[in-house]
Amino acid sequence: MVGPVFTWIAEHPKVFWTAAQQHLVLSAAALGLALALALPLAVVLLRWRRAAATAIALVNVLRTIPSLALLVVMLPILGTGFQPALVALTLYGLPAILINAYTALSEVDADIVEAATGQGLSRAQIVRRIQVPLALPVIFAGIRTAAVQIVSAATLAAFIGGGGLGELITAGMGTLDIPQLVVGGLAVAALAILTELAFGLAERRLNRTRHA
Amino acid sequence: MNWTLANYDRLFTALAEHVGLVATALAISLAIALPLGVVSARRPWAYAGVMAVTGVLYTIPALALFALLIPFMGLGTAPAVTALVLYSLLILVRNVATGLREIPHEILEAADGMGYGAWRRLVRIELPLALPVIVAGIRITVVTQISVATVAAYISAGGLGDIIFQGITQDFGEKVVAGAVVTAALAVVADESLRVLERRLRAAQSERA
Repeated sequence: MVGPVFTWIAEHPKVFWTAAQQHLVLSAAALGLALALALPLAVVLLRWRRAAATAIALVNVLRTIPSLALLVVMLPILGTGFQPALVALTLYGLPAILINAYTALSEVDADIVEAATGQGLSRAQIVRRIQVPLALPVIFAGIRTAAVQIVSAATLAAFIGGGGLGELITAGMGTLDIPQLVVGGLAVAALAILTELAFGLAERRLNRTRHA
Repeated sequence: MNWTLANYDRLFTALAEHVGLVATALAISLAIALPLGVVSARRPWAYAGVMAVTGVLYTIPALALFALLIPFMGLGTAPAVTALVLYSLLILVRNVATGLREIPHEILEAADGMGYGAWRRLVRIELPLALPVIVAGIRITVVTQISVATVAAYISAGGLGDIIFQGITQDFGEKVVAGAVVTAALAVVADESLRVLERRLRAAQSERA
């Protein structure tokens, strides 16, 4: 199986790298948007406890929705292409980041927060200098989960014309081109595992510098 | 809503297929994960090995795993169920092992003192005490399997994904949305029911304690 895989890539370098690039751009954009939405939202919810319970419950429902359902449900409204895929993947990555960030920030020891207030720090200063640094490992764990989920679900973007490595699989299925199918499968699997390893490594680095 | 109302029986058949797929996969998953969890609960090296292998499997995206299974297994229910089982092992084995490890030593010693053999202690004392943690694992597994089973329609395994893919091919929005909404509802209901079951089991246990 290894020979035909490399032959296929060697014969179709442009198709392969375009798909890989689309996959990375789509995933990175979705992760960036999910972060830009979830992190400020977590800080806002910290001060607004009653809304927080509702928001977390809603996000828990969102987390349960199967990735394919989330990707296609907006098809009639948003149509096909990069944008609807981006919207769906952003929503898909949001729960892991928001729940981890909110939980970690709200679990920072009340005594520490009180001591900081006593020293005359403002609420914004407390969030920035005390709560965020203390909650960082758990926040980062959520980001890692979201990154792997997004890279994984981005494969399904091929079904709504969003491009990416999933297109190698759907094209391979369409023409019964087994080498292309296997190339797509291996590339997607490798990218997901690499994402997990890279974020895991970054997480360990982060935790080590904090303890040093 | 016209298509949905006129074709509710097709949605229902697809739903039944979907539940059947997940139920079959869950039964096989448990048959594999329970012994693996029991064996690895008190052997750290076995636990580490099983977690490494099943962790890699869990990370592989569903469509990619199907693409890699097709050359060996072709299309249909067999590769779909295989993929669903492979995805379930990480969480199930981890939770079985964790549930067993969390049982206090005094309880195990008391059971030994009362003359329980290893097998009877496992079945009568350890597994019942680990049940809430095992059910928590089953909950995550079922939600994952419902999601993966949707994609399995792409390799002709049937289920609710079939309605979604038909809608995409026919460029028929309502069909796509109907399939997606029923799939999402199934996942949410399964998650919530198993959450309630888990909570009841925990409550019953702390009452007895």
